[in-house]
Amino acid sequence: MDSVNRIRDDVAGLWSLVKGLKVTGTCFARDQVTVHYPRAQVDNLRTFRGPIELVESPDDPRRPRCIACMTCAGVCPHGCITVVRKKPAKMEKGTEKGGGSDKGEAKKKARKGPATFTYDYTRCCLCGFCVENCPVRSIRFSSRGYLAGIDKGAFVFDLLEKFGEEERSQKPEPGVTSPATAG
Amino acid sequence: MSYEFHRFFYLLIAVVATAAVVAVSALILIYLERKVAGHVQRRPGPFEVGPHGVLQTVADALKLMGKQPFRPDGADRLLFWLAPILAFAPALPLLLPIPFGPVLTGLEVNLGLILILAFSGINALALCMAGWGSNNKWALLGAARAVAQSVGYEIPLLMSVLSVAFMTGTLNLSKIVAYQGPWPWHWNIFTQPLAFLIYFVCAVAETNRAPFDLPEAESELTAGFHTEYSGMGFGLFFLAEYTNMLVVCSVATALFLGGWQAPFLPGFWWFLIKIYLLLLIIIWFRWTFPRLRFDQLLNLNWKWLLPLGLANLMGTALLMKIF
Ligand code: SF4
Ligand code: SF4
Repeated sequence: MDSVNRIRDDVAGLWSLVKGLKVTGTCFARDQVTVHYPRAQVDNLRTFRGPIELVESPDDPRRPRCIACMTCAGVCPHGCITVVRKKPAKMEKGTEKGGGSDKGEAKKKARKGPATFTYDYTRCCLCGFCVENCPVRSIRFSSRGYLAGIDKGAFVFDLLEKFGEEERSQKPEPGVTSPATAG
Repeated sequence: MSYEFHRFFYLLIAVVATAAVVAVSALILIYLERKVAGHVQRRPGPFEVGPHGVLQTVADALKLMGKQPFRPDGADRLLFWLAPILAFAPALPLLLPIPFGPVLTGLEVNLGLILILAFSGINALALCMAGWGSNNKWALLGAARAVAQSVGYEIPLLMSVLSVAFMTGTLNLSKIVAYQGPWPWHWNIFTQPLAFLIYFVCAVAETNRAPFDLPEAESELTAGFHTEYSGMGFGLFFLAEYTNMLVVCSVATALFLGGWQAPFLPGFWWFLIKIYLLLLIIIWFRWTFPRLRFDQLLNLNWKWLLPLGLANLMGTALLMKIF
């Protein structure tokens, strides 16, 4: 009886092979589901974890939120981030540490911030420590899914670039960036 | 011009033409394989080189030819280089006795079928040599599997072929084709469906194609017997695999599907159409079925194909005797 059952199992298995062929056969006849890259690009990149970028300050979109506290540079396991603090304005010389300055209004304007913010994407593992640990939530993942280049240097980004002073007119598009403008 | 010279000249042309057929069909088959793989997985497959990627295989062939032949330290120099040549060399004698059309046979021999079966055995030897000569554990395991598999599957293959030979009373492929008629119900597959099934399964196994690709199982053995080969060494193994596919499909067409016999179109085209349909089915198998485990492979052979083949052979012999 056992062997009869086994033979019946094997014949049923044979039928499953035909079913398998049917599955792949119908898939063969259907449309493609992949996006054919150079000819088309996906548009739902919002949840993509691309290289990090700086978030605009809520009261001045031309400046980053960053207060140059250096936390991100410290927590990054690969040392991708290099932040240099902005020097306080000349007129405030010597009052840097003093709390009650008479130029309170000016002080507020010349708020703390980064002078340079460099990010080496070639070493980044996208762990998100910097994103989680920033006290003012100034870092987020960008959705630059189509980043490509032939030069390692092209992936060391100046994250302040997008807040460009007037002379830096080219803004890297979030989402689609050619290597030439990425660097 | 003497008769011998004529014969020699004819054979020379046949060999050159066969070599051309092998090269062209390998290019076509590899392209087909990748396109089918792509579409089964619902992606486009090769697309960039030439319109719809038709020149991709040519580019790959050039790349393989341009690569440095490389032999690992401690590998047996003679065996290592002999193996790929030995894998590919039998391809030409294998295709010679096959009747591609009413008069399109390279070498008309009485024992064409035996010739093919004998030369196809060399492939297992080549894989064994490659595995042994590579000084690599995966290659050795692949070679051991190749031998066990080839030896096992050759027996039911022979039996299915023999039952056709019993019916037709000849081992000459042209005569076997001539024995069948132009319409499908005249073909041997109609009287020998079981033999065809056994032959086809064994043929897929003999050519080491998925789901019987244990000798080169990528997920377990890196690349099996050809782990250490690069460049044209690998290229020859690759070429041999596709040529062997071509051979088993040609034989299946001649034995079971009426060869070049069919209505309307000239015979040669029908032969090509039938071969390519079978080849497409084999490619389809590859992208559908997962690889067998080794014990399953041997169980299938010894518990199913062999008894079935034997029963079929006995039945055929009995019926031939009675009627
Ligand atoms: S994601 Fe991780 S690795 Fe990348 S910059 Fe931030 S902390 Fe460094
Ligand atoms: S980005 Fe955030 S963590 Fe990094 S320096 Fe600026 S404020 Fe600090």
